[in-house]
Amino acid sequence: MALNQNPYMPEMATVTRIIEETPNIKSFQVVFNDKEKMKAFKFQPGQVGQLSVFGVGESTFVINTPPTRMEYLQFSVMKAGEVTSALHNLYEGDQIGVRAPLGNYFPFDRMKGKNILFVGGGIGMAPLRTLILYMLDNREDYKDITIIYGARTPPDLCYKEDIKEWESRKDVNLILTVDAQFPGWEKRVGFVPTVLKEVAPKPDNTVAITCGPPIMIKFVLEGLAELKFPDDQIVTTLEKRMKCGIGLCGRCNIGHKYVCKDGPVFTLRELKELPDEA
Amino acid sequence: MADTGFLPKEKLKDFLEALSKDAVVYAPALEGDIVLFKEYSQGKDLYLDRPANLGPKSIIYPQCETLLSFDFKKNDPEDPKKVDIELKTESNFANTVVFGCRPCDAKGLVIYDKVFIDTDTADPYYKERRDKTTIISFACEAPFAGCFCTAVGGGPADTTGSDVLMTDVGDGFFFEALTEKGKAVLKSVPMQDGASYKEKAQKIKSEAEKKIRNPFPKDATEKLSQKLFDSDEFWEKVVSKCISCGACTYLCPTCYCFNITDEKTKDKGERIRTWDACMFNHFTLETSGHNPRPSKLKRFRNRVGHKFLYYPEKYNGVIACCGCGRCIRYCPASVDISEIVGYLKDPKQK
Repeated sequence: MALNQNPYMPEMATVTRIIEETPNIKSFQVVFNDKEKMKAFKFQPGQVGQLSVFGVGESTFVINTPPTRMEYLQFSVMKAGEVTSALHNLYEGDQIGVRAPLGNYFPFDRMKGKNILFVGGGIGMAPLRTLILYMLDNREDYKDITIIYGARTPPDLCYKEDIKEWESRKDVNLILTVDAQFPGWEKRVGFVPTVLKEVAPKPDNTVAITCGPPIMIKFVLEGLAELKFPDDQIVTTLEKRMKCGIGLCGRCNIGHKYVCKDGPVFTLRELKELPDEA
Repeated sequence: MADTGFLPKEKLKDFLEALSKDAVVYAPALEGDIVLFKEYSQGKDLYLDRPANLGPKSIIYPQCETLLSFDFKKNDPEDPKKVDIELKTESNFANTVVFGCRPCDAKGLVIYDKVFIDTDTADPYYKERRDKTTIISFACEAPFAGCFCTAVGGGPADTTGSDVLMTDVGDGFFFEALTEKGKAVLKSVPMQDGASYKEKAQKIKSEAEKKIRNPFPKDATEKLSQKLFDSDEFWEKVVSKCISCGACTYLCPTCYCFNITDEKTKDKGERIRTWDACMFNHFTLETSGHNPRPSKLKRFRNRVGHKFLYYPEKYNGVIACCGCGRCIRYCPASVDISEIVGYLKDPKQK
């Protein structure tokens, strides 16, 4: 645990590398200044962290490197508001605060021996990346891995290095799509939920994991239901406006569940028991 | 003197002065026409005729507090771009006595305790102040407008969360210590023996209990109707007059939602926690423009849901409302939470 006695106190960390993923998304590779703490740091795929730009504020991002690769922690940040803009203004070597790990994680143990279907859109690929890399590092534990990943345009696709690797692997079925025709793009065109229906993966012994903008998740869930995926084999990870990250400040709740602490990972069955406030 | 004591009314100020020797004492005082908890100082007037407009929650959970501060330092002459950041937390909360809050206020703190202390990520700021504070509650003899403490598991002389309970027995005040902290306080100041007033106090307390209204219909069930709770139409009707001012949440002894923001100058800054309110649109508004609770009815439903469904679900059935009635008394639009919960308990009425 990197959390010390005071759960509001961030761990000081250095940004060691910044990757420009897309015109508005950057990935930050981060290492704790305290080497011992970095060594002792434990987390599970799907857990999140709060990044601090001191003087601006804190925001929540998933740790998108898996626990099987611990040289650094990576967070991908889409420039959208105050804190994300401040993060985008950082240089390699700059200091930030990290409070992590927070929240629950993907039920990767329950997924062992199953086919895995990832359905991601835009920056929603970040949490899926964690689990994909984790599963590729434990490849023998899982059966077929299918990844449907869409973005608005080809330059908006994140993790281009990973994509290259996944495309070259025989044990990964990667399906990329963009929303509209784009010069030079020869792969699929269409929204993620539409492509999902075209690909029509079978639900047998398969777990679907989806993340993306709320509107995409909505239609992906409908699509998965049409494909007869049962609710407890559909997993999603939610985002909410968060402050404390420890289930106290009261803004990220859906009914009695706090997305920051009881989530961000929920099965569709769990979500259906909660008020419609995702 | 350990467990009980008695003070003639004219000795009350001496008592508070004695307490202020070892602790910061907060007591209700009249300011204009509102009653607030103020630091007690010698000779200051007390106001015990009605509950404070704002309970003592801000003493233990301040409306605004610094969580941490930071200094930006340029330590490396080799690399003038590099800025080191030093984080600091400070704590300087003195031993404190809250005098003269009502039993509902004390019960509110117990509802906070479960959230802020009984968790694997306890809030150290809250915990320190809570540990260092002794609560002397003043039993109510009669209800005030809007009160419904007995309907939510409390009472005008409920002892939950108090260290000492004080009852007005006519010619003076009867004190009962309820905790070790309470005993210590009673021991620390000179007081008459209270044993002979015990019975009288008991009688006053049980009389008071009978006077509290139960806003819930007679044949109401314990459970809220999930169907009505889920109905947008119901909420639209009952909260149409709400103006989303959030006063109910700020005055509520069991509301605790907060915001965290950073402030800075050139070379230093602070991370600050402030009360926030689930009744505000921006409370859940995300940068993308998405808002999971985009309408007044959804926000109000969440507030009632939190108190009467979600919190009880998490904490063993405990209702996160102490029935103090402040949100009813001070609502500028006369929204009445007890009436709304009454409908939910007995949908036939609506």
